[in-house]
Amino acid sequence: MQILGHYNYWIFIILMMCGFYVVISSGNLVKKLVGLNIFQTSVFILYISMGKIIGGTAPIVINQPVVYSNPMPHVLILTAIVVGIATTSLGLALVVRIHEAYGTIEEDEIHAQNEEEAL
Amino acid sequence: MLFGIYSLVSASLFVILDAVDVAFTEASVGAGVSTVFMLGTLALTTSREKTPAAHKPLLPLLVVTITGLALVYGTWDIPPYGDPANPIHHHLVQRFIEDSPQEIGIPNVVTSVLASYRGYDTLGETTVVFTAAIGVLVLVGGARRRRSRKDEPK
Amino acid sequence: MKRYTIPRLGTKLLLPLILLFALYVQFHGDYGPGGGFQAGVIFGAGFILYALIYGLDHAHRLMPLWLLRIGISLGVLIYASVGLVGLLLGGNYLDYGVLDHHDPAHGQHLGILLVELGVGITVSAVMVTIFYAFAGRGR
Repeated sequence: MQILGHYNYWIFIILMMCGFYVVISSGNLVKKLVGLNIFQTSVFILYISMGKIIGGTAPIVINQPVVYSNPMPHVLILTAIVVGIATTSLGLALVVRIHEAYGTIEEDEIHAQNEEEAL
Repeated sequence: MLFGIYSLVSASLFVILDAVDVAFTEASVGAGVSTVFMLGTLALTTSREKTPAAHKPLLPLLVVTITGLALVYGTWDIPPYGDPANPIHHHLVQRFIEDSPQEIGIPNVVTSVLASYRGYDTLGETTVVFTAAIGVLVLVGGARRRRSRKDEPK
Repeated sequence: MKRYTIPRLGTKLLLPLILLFALYVQFHGDYGPGGGFQAGVIFGAGFILYALIYGLDHAHRLMPLWLLRIGISLGVLIYASVGLVGLLLGGNYLDYGVLDHHDPAHGQHLGILLVELGVGITVSAVMVTIFYAFAGRGR
């Protein structure tokens, strides 16, 4: 029971490491952003699963004696999702500009072009 | 497209975890808007990916495994899932659930905490969204499309 | 997209429902799940759907760029000025209880409604603006 009680954290860690792997191993900038998004979702799941109480219900108060799950993580993650899409689109806009300037979105090709210019 | 499905699945997961507001947001943002933005970027740039040869996959895999194992080691001290005795459920939250219907007068605790108790925070978040929009407008707002300095490498 | 009848007709049928649902989510957020962030995104997604199916020019006619730019800043302005009104009425910044002298809970309710409206306006305008920026770049 004690061991199985942590499985939500392990799922979160697996997801987070998937996102992390995409970010550090792929040279494609759009792919890096997708990996960053997966990373972000794993953090959302960590927060929400912390707030869950087994047998609880959604935190909308009704006049009955029921257990409510913790609303605080919900508030934090709710705003974080919308801010996340706004910042992701900012990153995508940067990728579009990089593509216009360099003609590629592969990291090593951008580096190669920079070094060519420096010579 | 896969990304939209992923968002929808995580939204259903949030419903199971009792976070209906969050599930709502994730479904509309992730499955609706962010997929459109991703596809738009791919249409503006290129959807073909170069076959990766520069990095070996072994080194990132090693880094990821070590980090993951360290995090798993860290979970031994975290309280178990879904236990009402966890410390997160005892600081301030009980007061919000018990008093907010009288103080604020609305039953949805998430909304009352979001807009009233944590009003400063939400004001900041709205400002971040506002700033991000300004940034996007500055970066790609103009309709003119300058050609690249060099021709696209074939 | 001119030749595809089914998406065009489907959009025509769905769009009013999407916008109505967004308004419902916006103003029913006190009692059920929902609120300014979700409503803003749904509202924005409705216009994005219209722009995808009918083309950017029609969408510009429906929702011109200057209106969006006003909307982005108007939402934040509503939020901040609700807080300022509370300050002028003798309370703390963003303390909605003083908006109604007889019943603080009613004042809180009013404040939350206004603040969520501000959030909704900003978020929906931002979503449509970002889409316009990306789509206008491609032409």
